[in-house]
Amino acid sequence: MILFICGLTVVLAPFALALITGLTLLFGYQLSEKSLAKLTQISVSLAMLAASILLITMLLTGQVQYTLQLGRWVDLPTQHFHFTFKFLFDRLSIPFVILSLTLCGIISAFANRYLHRDEGYARFFLFYVIFTLGMVLTSVAGTIETMFLGWELVGLSSALLVAFFQNRINPVANGLRVWAIYRVADGAFLLAALVLHHITGGGELDLMMGLKPWPENACLVDSGQALAVGLLLLIAAAGKSALVPFSGWLPRAMEGPTPSSAIFYGALSVHLGAFLLLRVGPMLEQSPALQWTIVAIGSISAIYAALVGRVQTDVKSALAFASLLQVSIIFIEIGFGLRYVALIHIIGHASMRSLQLLRAPSLLRDHHQLQNNLGHDQFTAQGSAIRHVVSSLRTWRYRLAIERGYLDSILDEWIAVPFQNVFRFFDRLERKAIRGLSNRTDRWTNPEDNKGNLDEKETP
Amino acid sequence: MISQLHLPWIELSIVCPILASIYCSSCRLQEQSRRVALIASLITFALTLGEWLDFGTLGTFSAQDRASIIFMTFGTEFFVIDELTAPLLSKVSLLFTLTIAVTMRSKASRFSVVRTLQAEAIVLAILSCTTAPLLIGLLALGCLLPWFEMRSRGRETSVYSLCMAVHVAFLMLGTLLLWLDHESSWLSNVAACLLVASTIIRAGIFPGHIWIVDLFEKCTFGTAILFVAPMTGAYVVMRMVLPAVPEWALHWIAVLSLLTALYAAGMSLIQVDARRFFAYLFISHSSLVLAGLEIATPIGMTGALCIWLEIGFSLGGLALTLRAVEARIGRISLDCYHGLFDHIPHLGSLFLISGLAAIGFPGGLSFVGMELLVEGTVEVYPIVGAVIVLATAINGISLLRAYFRIFTGKKHIAAVSIATRPAERMLAITLGLLILGVGMWSGIAVSSRYHATEELLKIRKSSMDEDPSRSSNQTDHNHLSQSRADFKKNGNLAVAAND
Repeated sequence: MILFICGLTVVLAPFALALITGLTLLFGYQLSEKSLAKLTQISVSLAMLAASILLITMLLTGQVQYTLQLGRWVDLPTQHFHFTFKFLFDRLSIPFVILSLTLCGIISAFANRYLHRDEGYARFFLFYVIFTLGMVLTSVAGTIETMFLGWELVGLSSALLVAFFQNRINPVANGLRVWAIYRVADGAFLLAALVLHHITGGGELDLMMGLKPWPENACLVDSGQALAVGLLLLIAAAGKSALVPFSGWLPRAMEGPTPSSAIFYGALSVHLGAFLLLRVGPMLEQSPALQWTIVAIGSISAIYAALVGRVQTDVKSALAFASLLQVSIIFIEIGFGLRYVALIHIIGHASMRSLQLLRAPSLLRDHHQLQNNLGHDQFTAQGSAIRHVVSSLRTWRYRLAIERGYLDSILDEWIAVPFQNVFRFFDRLERKAIRGLSNRTDRWTNPEDNKGNLDEKETP
Repeated sequence: MISQLHLPWIELSIVCPILASIYCSSCRLQEQSRRVALIASLITFALTLGEWLDFGTLGTFSAQDRASIIFMTFGTEFFVIDELTAPLLSKVSLLFTLTIAVTMRSKASRFSVVRTLQAEAIVLAILSCTTAPLLIGLLALGCLLPWFEMRSRGRETSVYSLCMAVHVAFLMLGTLLLWLDHESSWLSNVAACLLVASTIIRAGIFPGHIWIVDLFEKCTFGTAILFVAPMTGAYVVMRMVLPAVPEWALHWIAVLSLLTALYAAGMSLIQVDARRFFAYLFISHSSLVLAGLEIATPIGMTGALCIWLEIGFSLGGLALTLRAVEARIGRISLDCYHGLFDHIPHLGSLFLISGLAAIGFPGGLSFVGMELLVEGTVEVYPIVGAVIVLATAINGISLLRAYFRIFTGKKHIAAVSIATRPAERMLAITLGLLILGVGMWSGIAVSSRYHATEELLKIRKSSMDEDPSRSSNQTDHNHLSQSRADFKKNGNLAVAAND
């Protein structure tokens, strides 16, 4: 009974918070800063307390897995289709949900002061509580559909928070790019979920990954199926965690306010891809090819992040690439089947990076203050092995790094622009067809009037 | 014997807007006629809601009016409510009510409430009609109202006229060929092809979609929304095409619909005019609905019916938001940023909520509907089915792009207040709550749509069982012969005939 109440509280507390915040804004009633902060604190603390009690109870009783069944949301028994509200509390989800709630609580307290009297305070907290709900749902999801639900909420709130300073073009354009990458990742996730649904006949994660508790479970799919589903999940995870070739959005996401950068791209959101792969870990082991692919992508991303991170000139971007480097290493660990190591790495890295990102703005100020007082720069550039490399290679490496591996340009020129050009061609054809069928040309069917096309750099 | 409602709800809901339109046409003051129209559409909404509730108490698949004047006059009933249409009628009448309610006074001279009320009566009659000739007549009549508006505004009507004329002509000809008692297989195939072509045009499937884009460009936004949002094309498919055309034709429409969904999603991404953006977004979604209906599997069809129900609210809300923005700043160009969020936050929120609900984001009925649709489609077309996922992903990108262009990117400086009006705030609250409420209780909605699907498929199956040769792929001719027999037997379409 205590497990049931605690499990329910973990899920319902952020849900109630999101509902209250959303409905008050919809009805045009704006809660005061104090009320919003208080509500967030109460909700996160309650969920945190419940998760802690759950953990302690399970440790004391020796229970390694608890499944919370809340019935079926949608049920078509004759078609074997059901959407079950089922939450899984095990050795993976409990540490992750506690980490999420701890960081969300700390950063909401930070944001409360950071955004004091900002005109977008209420908006920030609305997106923030949606993010918290998404993180909790993804962490404790017992079915692939519930996980997808949380995954989508995290994606939307992230994109909208990147565009938080909405009266400027750059944050908005970057928010759109983040959203575009997330939509691709979501599509891959949905396809993987469907294929898994077909293979195993249901969406329950514990049944899909065998009946033993994480991480000991044995997967029900064969190696071919594991490779197909695993590759789709890898695309989803790579999109969410900004691995190569999707890394371009990570520094752009730093356009958002510092608290959201800390929680999303330093701490939680960027680790969600790794969490997904950890959750389906037993399936990855079914296919060595898949494991090696994960290791390869992780390695490439790690080298990329190490190279690019060294030439960043602003602290948030440097931290973003440092994050990416660690996340890539976590992927390599997952590829080698080191699940506990990966989990501990996630927890440690998320906590440290949040602190760094929150400290970054004041650290710079303190550093400048120190410089002024000392009258000279305390820190001097250290020599590195690359200095011994021939200058042409050094220049090439520098260019590659400063242009962030040309990843954005490659995605733009090879995918986004040709895609848009194809449809612009069809658009011209349609306009011609309409003009041909019409007796005279209207203003809005004349392409000359609409000549100004989208700025290709700003559209995905 | 078909069940009877406790009151003549169907006829009342059709007659109410007709009477109101007659009254409004005699009103001299625009404000007075707007008020009457609003009250009449509210009453109509209440009637359709009562009709739905009354129908729910009967526990039957279909029902007709009690003490129906039409039945007493003609000896036969033309209008029927069934599980498919019961929620659609309320949805449509609510959409008309909201459209009239949020129309600005300054736009009253352009947006004719008389024609709107007439359109409401026609759409409600179409969605209740199960008699082929009358349905064709109503569809043709419905096409005339936007045409009159375009003519009165001095706009070019060639594309619209041509498409609608071909649609109605093909529908009439196809139905006529089915009525004829012949044994020629090629003639049956011609009839099927005509019906399919007619459907492709009306439902906006590529290449028959251009009239929708043209309509949005040349008509008032309100009229265009109200003409396309009820998705009468999908209704024609359910009533006339599904029971009458052979398997191969259904499959072709399904594949074409899926490809149209992807094509329209891509087109919506590159549009620089908000109306065109919306038109393509709508085409993409309506194509998904049609694909689900045509694959005729229980899961896929249930998903399609869920999305059909949902996009009435969600895309309707999105369109009304665009219309409200347009009333403030004129035609919206997506080529630049407008930064309107600070002025109209409610409309911005509604744009996001309704748009996200339409693309199948968590919180709306389409979230489950889209999953059902993808699952049903992938069962039949494993590769082509994946197109749905791609189309929804692109729709999501184009939606947020439009949101950012309209509501963010700069601070809009307005010389006069362009703040949200109380009616628009009410619109945002009503649709927001409706979308989230239906989304939260998706289970009930899905069960209801699944039950409707089961009944529709049962009817289709029973008509096949009557003639075993139809159930196999022996000859499409046999299939058509049976449908023709249904038509000849009592003049009714499949659903009513089986009651």
